[in-house]
Amino acid sequence: MASSKPNCNAAGGNGSGGPATFLEAIKQAMFEEMERDPAVVVIGEDVGVYGGAFKTSEGLLERFGWERVIDTPISESAIIGAACGMSYLGLRPICEMQFIDFIACCFNQLTNFVAKGHYLWNAPAPIVVRGPSGGGVHGGPFHSANPEMYFVHTPGLKVIYPSTPYDAKGLLKAAVRDNNPVLFFEHKFLYRRIKEELPAEDYIVPIGKAAVRREGRHLTILSYAAMMHTSLEAAEALAKEGIEAEVIDLRTLLPLDEETILQSVKKTNKVLVVHEDTKTGGIAGEIAAILCEKAFGDLDGPLMRVTSLDTAVPYSPPLEEYFLPNARKVFAAAKELAHY
Amino acid sequence: MKVNRPPTAGERTKKDLTRQQYLDLYYYLRLNRAVEDTMVKLFRQNKIVGGLYSSLGQEAISVGSAYALEKKDWLAPMIRNIGALLVKGVPPRDIFMQHMAKYDSPTKGKDGTSHFGDLDNLHIVSPISMLGDLIPVMAGVAIAGRYLGQKIVAMTWIGDGGSSTGVFHEGMNFAATQKAPFVLILENNLWAYSTPVRRQVPLENLADRAKAYGITSYIVDGNDVVAMYKTAKEAVDRARTGEGPILIEAKTFRRLGHAQHDPAEYVPKEMRAYWEARDPIVLYERFLVSEKLLDAKRKKEIEDKIDLLLQKERDFAENSPMPPAEFAAEGVYCTGDACHKIQPKWERDKREVMPPRSSVSAVWTVEGFGAGKGSSGGIAPIHFGDTADAPEKAENEEKLTPKNPIKTIGKKSAKVASARGAGALRRRTQGKRR
Repeated sequence: MASSKPNCNAAGGNGSGGPATFLEAIKQAMFEEMERDPAVVVIGEDVGVYGGAFKTSEGLLERFGWERVIDTPISESAIIGAACGMSYLGLRPICEMQFIDFIACCFNQLTNFVAKGHYLWNAPAPIVVRGPSGGGVHGGPFHSANPEMYFVHTPGLKVIYPSTPYDAKGLLKAAVRDNNPVLFFEHKFLYRRIKEELPAEDYIVPIGKAAVRREGRHLTILSYAAMMHTSLEAAEALAKEGIEAEVIDLRTLLPLDEETILQSVKKTNKVLVVHEDTKTGGIAGEIAAILCEKAFGDLDGPLMRVTSLDTAVPYSPPLEEYFLPNARKVFAAAKELAHY
Repeated sequence: MKVNRPPTAGERTKKDLTRQQYLDLYYYLRLNRAVEDTMVKLFRQNKIVGGLYSSLGQEAISVGSAYALEKKDWLAPMIRNIGALLVKGVPPRDIFMQHMAKYDSPTKGKDGTSHFGDLDNLHIVSPISMLGDLIPVMAGVAIAGRYLGQKIVAMTWIGDGGSSTGVFHEGMNFAATQKAPFVLILENNLWAYSTPVRRQVPLENLADRAKAYGITSYIVDGNDVVAMYKTAKEAVDRARTGEGPILIEAKTFRRLGHAQHDPAEYVPKEMRAYWEARDPIVLYERFLVSEKLLDAKRKKEIEDKIDLLLQKERDFAENSPMPPAEFAAEGVYCTGDACHKIQPKWERDKREVMPPRSSVSAVWTVEGFGAGKGSSGGIAPIHFGDTADAPEKAENEEKLTPKNPIKTIGKKSAKVASARGAGALRRRTQGKRR
């Protein structure tokens, strides 16, 4: 980001000064929600004076003060616990995990305390937990994780993993306004690599709705986050060989938009799932089960998947490259599937 | 056992509290014990479907500390704090029904024991079984109350065992850095299930844990309800005025096993006998009689009142239905109009927390050294990985796409540069939003 002044310091928030990066979209969403509602606060490590390790909260402290932008000790459980307690008095905290890998440190607080509250004792906890996730940036095994499925397996949470600045902003705002705890994964590979013109007016993107990014008739590629772009790239190459792939961006993993998936399968009859999460227990397995239950008759081929390896995320570039899915792998799998 | 008296407990005289306060404490102690006695009967009749935990001998802690709170204050009980719930205003039927898994219970059968809360009226946060988790939650309650200008205090309890969890430390440290109006009652009942406190913590006094957080602590005789109340009251008052969190170690003993199933034969008989001779209700009765605050007639009145109440409450609980089975599938998410909506109750001028009045200079000032730069300078280095590096040549690059790291598509410009060995990642022309 070249500008020295963050967009969000301008009144109204979105700055409307040219296309926004994914990172700026996140910042705008937080800024605008804090402007709109004094119940919205930000809490996390180095979110205040420093503005966050990735500068997603840059400028928030100057504008909203110490009570609303809370720098914490390195205590992820305290961050989540405190945010949950704050939500019981009507606040809507946005918690930052400096890297989403560290969400493992507050796993208990999230899955046992926060997620079960509404079901057990009618206590909704409208908190958002957001942070940079994903690999491809040589972050190594503790700064590259895609831990979304731990939480997709946790009733009571919502899990969002957007792929574009427009969606990131609209979904983050929707998450802040939602009455449930929402986990919001931001693929750090996308932070500064995509730019998009964002609407000047307030908008949200509804949680739980997938988006068709490219229409096609020969097969459906289901993906999300950075892999959505990889899938689109592969789809482009496939088109040159006469294979028209429909690419669907899941956007929300919990609740999953089954309707959009099933509609597409009815049309294409073939499904390839592409995710950066590791293979075993990834969302592809759940989608396979849903299709078996609800669309078995529509399938003309096996569900195929392109995912990361079932290993930790390795550090060295050739290792990480091998570990991650890429457009070539997607292309090959799609071609094989198309031949059924 | 050596017990250090808190600075305020001193020698009791009947002028410390009003007569009504003394009698209130007595009533709640007796009610607490009677409720638990009733539940033991229900348990033996197989009417309590799960576990039953006892606070026998620890009632003075729950009652004395919760009695120090105001109506607007918040508390979060643990399993041995039935007394605190009763003081806060929970009807005994709710406690019976929780244990009996009835549909009319606060959780409608979804959870048992003291695992329930009331955000709207009584300001009770439900505990979970993972010890220590309530500490950061109640620290959050405390700072949210301060933020909204409510001048509340948040209180929770933890055992000697629970004080060894990581989240205990995270929560206390966070509360201390925030100077949260928060009071923690550390009930040292000397046993964590079967493990004695000496094998858990290398400290004579668990109150010393407070030193690690730079906060005030007290040690109090947990079997002395007046000392407990007075100490808690002082702590609550200090926390409310902004002194920060306060930890009170209450020395006591868990008279029964971890739960009903546990005969606790690991506890030396002599130890049990020592503490049975120090029953908090017997001690307090002796004091009340000697101070002429209680006589046989008044005692009988209180006992009759409790008997009558609990008979009614127990009947109600026993007559409550079990939940319909399909109810298990409901309520995972807060959805629709019927969903509970929490609105912040502002007791300060909201404008104070909104720009421009909320605006500050984002710098750290270090005493004796001046100030460091804040975030708006835009000069801090970018963290690794979030910037587009020079496109690398990966083996698949040429095969897949033309080298074109930046693309602008349609009306919306979408610039994409890839470091993953791919060219353009994204095409928007056919995309549509739903």
